[in-house]
Amino acid sequence: MKIALAEPNERLGSFPSEATDSEPVFEARGLTVSYGDAVAVRDVNLDIGERRITALIGPSGCGKSTLIRCFNRMNDLIPSARVEGSITYRNEDLYSRSADPVEVRRLIGMVFQQPNPFPKSIYDNVAFGLKINRMTDDLDDRIEDALRNAALWDEVKGKLKSPATSLSGGQQQRLCIARALATEPDVILMDEPCSALDPIATTRIEDLMHSLKERYTIVIVTHNMQQAARVSDMTAFMSVQGSEDEGERPAGILIEYDATTTIFTTPSDPRTEDYITGRFG
Amino acid sequence: MAVASARLQNARRTRQAWSEKAATATLLLATGVGLVALVVLMATIVRDGVGVIDMAFIRNFASRIPERAGIWPPLVGTVYLMVLVTLISFPLGVGAAIYLEEFAPRNRLTRIVEMNIANLAAVPSIIYGLLGLAIFFRGMGFGRSILTGALTLSLLVLPVIIIAAREALRAVPGSIRTGAMALGATRWEAVYRQVLPVAMPGIMTGTILGLSRAIGETAPLLVAGAAAFVAFTPDNLLDAYSALPVQIFDWVRRPQPEFHALAAGAILVLLVVLLTMNAIAIVVRNRYGRKP
Repeated sequence: MKIALAEPNERLGSFPSEATDSEPVFEARGLTVSYGDAVAVRDVNLDIGERRITALIGPSGCGKSTLIRCFNRMNDLIPSARVEGSITYRNEDLYSRSADPVEVRRLIGMVFQQPNPFPKSIYDNVAFGLKINRMTDDLDDRIEDALRNAALWDEVKGKLKSPATSLSGGQQQRLCIARALATEPDVILMDEPCSALDPIATTRIEDLMHSLKERYTIVIVTHNMQQAARVSDMTAFMSVQGSEDEGERPAGILIEYDATTTIFTTPSDPRTEDYITGRFG
Repeated sequence: MAVASARLQNARRTRQAWSEKAATATLLLATGVGLVALVVLMATIVRDGVGVIDMAFIRNFASRIPERAGIWPPLVGTVYLMVLVTLISFPLGVGAAIYLEEFAPRNRLTRIVEMNIANLAAVPSIIYGLLGLAIFFRGMGFGRSILTGALTLSLLVLPVIIIAAREALRAVPGSIRTGAMALGATRWEAVYRQVLPVAMPGIMTGTILGLSRAIGETAPLLVAGAAAFVAFTPDNLLDAYSALPVQIFDWVRRPQPEFHALAAGAILVLLVVLLTMNAIAIVVRNRYGRKP
């Protein structure tokens, strides 16, 4: 079953079968995010299935990054950002008063577009999250595990004390993934993790995502449709609705959400088809 | 047609070349004036002062007889002052900078505070002396003590440190903050453990600049009660004290040329103290900066 945004009553509780056969980790309902007066994302309803890779695709400015940043409350850091509607994480309201954004971010890790290692040693980069979360028992083992899980161990095991900035871009990004894995999160959010990397480094990260899927729920924002098709189980296509010419404020909306194979072979919305066939965007 | 345009271009190029030369010459002259002034100043001071510097000059106390006069109390006073000023102004200044840069809400009150700090950096130092006199000397009753002097100079350097520390914090990429907070760090953990170490070299440069300004200040110390003639070195915070610039000022205004030579000697010592302090700070800063 498909979500058609034009039918608001139907979309609640009716999601593609592949998302519902596992317990949803996130459930976004009527999610609207605005920065000051500008609406970035309007009325999004989306379920994220457990231990799957969910890709958010769409043209620039459609609010993919804004949406993914709602899942770990990174938007809280932008003073003008306002989030309306609801997101639950395993049936708990992510934005309730009692939810601690710091705890949320520990459970829901994030990898950014530009690799952003701390200007410290490789070891200290991974150790930082462990130290602030008081997971310092077996620190060395935990660091080794995290680096192994991020497929970086063999490349750095002899030089853990050298600066992280001496690594290549792809290695830096895997270090950032290792850093996020070390604190034993439940979900990993990736905001265009490969857009600053070359094709070989990209392939390695994609392979890594496949192996991480067995243990983690992954949400990835990508500009690259081939990447979404290669790595993801579910794909959400977002686009911009409304333009200044029509006297309407443009805002990002969710057009279609379905199994990746369906989105890329038989999308139900013509706008999705236009985008994936390259006629738009 | 082609010939005419070639002529035009040539004319323009000649004019450009001429203005280029004129500009270079003017700038060179400006640099030269500053440099020559500095060299003459240094040469005069070294010529007048180097002869009086010996161990006795360093270790002796003040005296009315030029041959017996030395700079021990003001030298110790200056060193104590610098230590105290650093202890007071560094944590306060860096703390204020961290608050303003990382925590303060962006509202009108914050902007007013920021504007005032910028203005404070430009306030003449004698005004700080008067402030020290009113608050620390009289108000708090610290009197003619080294504590009064240190607190007064701390007020003077605080704006410089705050402004420099904020610049240094602002230069740290936001991705380091978001990266730390995405791992479940609180804002304070992100600032203290990731942002501050990166900003530290810049903060220390600003602190050196501020302290260098403080070490040569005479006016606020005179107003806030430094003595030019003390027969002992300060033992505790409430003791009377002297400082090198105050001693220099005192000697310079005496009519006897012997005292002017002493003043030149004291200036040399002050310069050495200043340069040593800067050198230590630069070494510390570089070591800090090199750490991965």
